Amino acid sequence: MKQLLRTLRMALNALRRNVMRSALTTLGIVIGVAAVIAMTEIGQGTSASVERAIKSMGANNLLIQPGSASSGGVTFGSGSVVTLTPMDGEAMKRECPALAAVAPIVRARVQVVSGNRNWVPLYIYGTTPTFLEVREWEDLEEGENFTDRDVSNGNRVCLLGKTVVRELFQDESPVGKEVRINNVSFKVIGVLSRRGANMMGLDQDDMLLAPWTAIKYRVSGASLASVNQSATVVQDPSQKVNTLSQLYPSQNVSLYPVPSASQIANNPQPVRFVNVDQILCRATSGEDIPLAIEQITELLHERHRIRDGQPDDFNIRDMTEISRTQRTTSNLITRLILIVALVSLMVGGVGIMNIMLVSVTERTREIGLRMAVGARARDILRQFLAEAIVLCMLGGLMGIILGRGVAIMVRKFLNWPTEISLLAIIGAVGVSAAVGVIFGYYPAWKASRLDPIEALRYE
Amino acid sequence: MELIKLKNLCKTYRLGEIEVPVLKGVSLMIRRGEMVALMGTSGSGKSTLMNILGCLDRPTSGQYWLDGQEVGQLSADDRAMVRNRKIGFVFQNFNLLTRTSALENVMMPLAYTAGHLNERECRERAQALLERVGLASRLDHHPSQLSGGQQQRVAIARALVNNPPLLFADEPTGNLDSATSEDILKMFQILNEEEGITIILVTHELDVARHARRIVRIRDGLIEDGSVEADTGKKTVHMAVSQ
Repeated sequence: MKQLLRTLRMALNALRRNVMRSALTTLGIVIGVAAVIAMTEIGQGTSASVERAIKSMGANNLLIQPGSASSGGVTFGSGSVVTLTPMDGEAMKRECPALAAVAPIVRARVQVVSGNRNWVPLYIYGTTPTFLEVREWEDLEEGENFTDRDVSNGNRVCLLGKTVVRELFQDESPVGKEVRINNVSFKVIGVLSRRGANMMGLDQDDMLLAPWTAIKYRVSGASLASVNQSATVVQDPSQKVNTLSQLYPSQNVSLYPVPSASQIANNPQPVRFVNVDQILCRATSGEDIPLAIEQITELLHERHRIRDGQPDDFNIRDMTEISRTQRTTSNLITRLILIVALVSLMVGGVGIMNIMLVSVTERTREIGLRMAVGARARDILRQFLAEAIVLCMLGGLMGIILGRGVAIMVRKFLNWPTEISLLAIIGAVGVSAAVGVIFGYYPAWKASRLDPIEALRYE
Repeated sequence: MELIKLKNLCKTYRLGEIEVPVLKGVSLMIRRGEMVALMGTSGSGKSTLMNILGCLDRPTSGQYWLDGQEVGQLSADDRAMVRNRKIGFVFQNFNLLTRTSALENVMMPLAYTAGHLNERECRERAQALLERVGLASRLDHHPSQLSGGQQQRVAIARALVNNPPLLFADEPTGNLDSATSEDILKMFQILNEEEGITIILVTHELDVARHARRIVRIRDGLIEDGSVEADTGKKTVHMAVSQ
């Protein structure tokens, strides 16, 4: 311990004897470490914001769709049976801890009219207020989200995406105005923030959100009717006017004779009063997706009474493509930073080695003197090594301060996201000490090999 | 009793194929408390002998007892220990550390002794030595702020800091004017007489050598004169003077 302190003091004294040179030597390490810290902080900030952006594309989202119906060997594709209910969604939220948010979705594709303009949005989603949470889309451009109360009352309120606003209102504020969805008037209470196209190139701003109860019962009564055969079929009067409807019947054509009241009473159909087209949910994190899938599968098996071995009546999709993008992006950024860091530290280390070598030559006489008064080879080695390490550590310390400074400046003046990284700081200090040892060793070894007689005579 | 005893010491340098014998069987005895001048022209083997006596180099053959210890064949590290404990060096060009205070220059060798002294004790000892060489008021001065004579006095204080029984002075007055040289040589004499430190003055100047009580002359790798102490020190000096 005493030895260590003494060596340290000696190194500090030696460095103090030539402050300018020491400062210049250590500049390489200062810049290296500062670059590492700043790069890591900026890189991590970037990585985090890229990750957030990708996550908002739905990297952690899981889509549960009803399974496929099949009849006589012919399957009808995903979503052709109706097995999911809003209660499934609620149960998932309640019983799957790996899920952060769950939103049932009812889809429709109908005309929306406002004044003398009309538009058919790509997405008309009937859902719950948690939809925005699932899609991480809570920052509304204006207005506010609808509430659970709106959902339970089936209130006619809606949120519009930017594209819909542009088409129907020409970018005037639509909040408070009315739109008619399939001839049902809805009050616009909010505008979604701009999202742009999704991975498949579909415009995500071409969206209308409303309580699912309103969409289901007030807008697309048909989806209820097709399931619940006992519900009365409402004939659209406009269809009757169109003569083509005789040739291309678009509405339900009754293939069977209409059952009489007694027949209905005798053969009650199992009625599922409410169903949803899909359930969208978000796992708590990317790593939890497999766990979430497992929990949902188990829960739905239980709720739908599916025994082991029986085929599922639902299927779960995760966004593999997107989550892979997310992983590769953040890996790429991390690696980039690592390479930059290593290169700059290497350069700093070589700088230290150069100056230490020069210093050994310059101080040959001093080394000779120290040997003459009784320094052993290993004392000289230790001394020069200590100097190199002290230089590197000081450089590392200043580099951390400088790097933090740069990161803070970048955040302040360029509005770039940065994230403080303790790992980078610890790593930078460790690496700079290691650089000191590695690049300081050769000059120190050279110094310790000097012959005291030669060294004393050196001019 | 003798402090230094050389027996048939040889040193041969090897320059490629050619062997150059520099010391050809030197025998020498120096008693504790003597003050000896080592004289010789350049190329006489004077420097080589001094390096071996100072434990900086080792002889090719022959024996060298220093303070009763055979040091001729010690390893480099062991020789460093011997130098640290038993020998003080004073050089022609002072060899002080630049931009380092006189006090710290004097303390420097203590860093290599086993750490039995703490910082304060080291400082006190260095300060006492500087006071003894007459530099009490210049403890914090750097070498560049000191005159040549003062620098050499700092170097003497440094050589004495480990209380060595033997002090080597290699042309200690080579870079000093005559008046200062006289002062420095006086100081060596005082140290020799009062402290009983054995001093070996290496020089080629007779004027300097005269301050010693005995003169050992080297020529062509052999001791020409003065290998053993004469009856009395005085007589040797007279002899040297008479020459």
